[in-house]
Amino acid sequence: MDDDDLDELYQELIMDHGRRPRNTGALPDSTHHGRGHNPLCGDQLTLALKVVDGRVTDIRFEGQGCAISTASASLMTQAVKALPLDEVEALYAQFHALITEGADVPVETLGKLAALTGVRRFPTRVKCATLAWHTLHAALHPDRAGAQATTE
Amino acid sequence: MSGAFDVRAVRAQFPILAEPIHKKRLAYLDNGATTQKPQCVIDALSHHWTHDNANIHRAVHLLGARSTEGYEGARAEVARFLNARTEREVIFTRGTTEAINLVAQSFARPRLKAGDHILVTGLEHHANLVPWQLVAEQASAHITHVPLLDDGSLDLDAVPALLAAKPVIFACGHVSNALGTVNPVAALAAQARAHGVPMLVDGAQAVAHLPAAELDVQALGVDFYVFSGHKIYAPTGIGALWGKLAHLERMPPWQGGGDMIREVTLERSTFAPAPARFEAGTPPIAQAIGLGRALRWFTQELDRSAALAHEDRLLRTLTSALAALPGIRLIGTAAHKVAVQSFVLDYAHPHDAATIFDFAGVAVRAGHHCAQPVMTRFGVPATLRASLGVYNDEDDIEQLVRAIERVRAMFA
Repeated sequence: MDDDDLDELYQELIMDHGRRPRNTGALPDSTHHGRGHNPLCGDQLTLALKVVDGRVTDIRFEGQGCAISTASASLMTQAVKALPLDEVEALYAQFHALITEGADVPVETLGKLAALTGVRRFPTRVKCATLAWHTLHAALHPDRAGAQATTE
Repeated sequence: MSGAFDVRAVRAQFPILAEPIHKKRLAYLDNGATTQKPQCVIDALSHHWTHDNANIHRAVHLLGARSTEGYEGARAEVARFLNARTEREVIFTRGTTEAINLVAQSFARPRLKAGDHILVTGLEHHANLVPWQLVAEQASAHITHVPLLDDGSLDLDAVPALLAAKPVIFACGHVSNALGTVNPVAALAAQARAHGVPMLVDGAQAVAHLPAAELDVQALGVDFYVFSGHKIYAPTGIGALWGKLAHLERMPPWQGGGDMIREVTLERSTFAPAPARFEAGTPPIAQAIGLGRALRWFTQELDRSAALAHEDRLLRTLTSALAALPGIRLIGTAAHKVAVQSFVLDYAHPHDAATIFDFAGVAVRAGHHCAQPVMTRFGVPATLRASLGVYNDEDDIEQLVRAIERVRAMFA
């Protein structure tokens, strides 16, 4: 790897969302919650969603983390807002395959999430990018995970 | 014989320091996690496997004798290193963690009654905290701790009352892995003795950074002293527990198996005396020999006092170079410190900084350093930690400073 990989990891969109994350704060009338924790680095994330008629109508997050985990959470909230739950599930699976298995996912499916593609070349940082998504999955399936997500 | 210290000659003995990292020179500043190994230690492992390998203590053949001699010679080296009264006081373990678990289960557990407590400090690595929590829980006992001051040193004023409450054991780190604080172990041990409280010292971060006089277990007046080989230029998988023979002789075995018995029938066994009683199974023989070789290198071939003086100078250089940077907060500023400086940057998370450092060839640790109570005390989830060894030089510090400047250019 060389400095180009580093530049791809910390590209402008990531830096922007890392510095000024979108959809942050509490969501008073939320219907689903998740708490995510990366015990390796201490990153914490809480996620609140409002799901109406099988569709995510609003989503916000709070927490502290690195630029990658903050940007990933921010981009995720933008990507899933207004999506029906089955499409959220599909996107979760695609993002996970992209980051952890290096799967080829068409850019048009991913939209801005494609900016996180560079993370897969940094095995030590993959968990930073997936924390928000694991938390989302746990929030939508509290029966399975007790709405707690951990990267370990 | 401590004169000018030739750091280049020391660096030349560590082949990994020539390894390019992302096409850059390696600045290895993660010695608190593990140290690199000198060629003589690498050669000792290779020599053992090439010429001497056999199981120890039982074989009648020549290789068995050579292996046993190497293994027991390493024990003698550890005994000399800590100024133990006898080699029988030295038990090989996998490392610090296993040594503390051994003392927790074999020494503390039989003494603990419901409502008792174990005293630790707010500086401890999880290895010197979790084993005590486990044993306390098993006995319905609890944990008390010596609190920290804002500079990362222990609140010594709190110690007398905590010891007067008669903890079953006082477990205290010698040097903090997260902050580098050196605790006044001899003075604490004197107070513990006055209250009849046995004391265990976790020397994992001390052994590679303190002079012989400060690692003399008889002079320190402690009951148990533990360390890991890999923090002092030796292989992983080997460490040592030193304990007063009077304690070891009364402690029940911890793990059962071969090599720790006197006589075995199908119904019951009688056990070998210390140290064999606590070394069940085939140990990591080559690693033990590597530890012995590393200690011989550190105490006899390296000019230890000049090397440690070099390390202290470098720590001061590191700390003042960091303090001069904008947007930085130093964590751990106690008066008596060795080898470690933790810090956080206002403008970047430790993990982002560490990734960018890596691309500049700079290896540091980012995270909670297995000392989450310390992080909580200072209100940070994680820090960056630069930790020194005898082979570090001013170029390493300069490389770190340039890497921090790069992070600032990207993030601030």
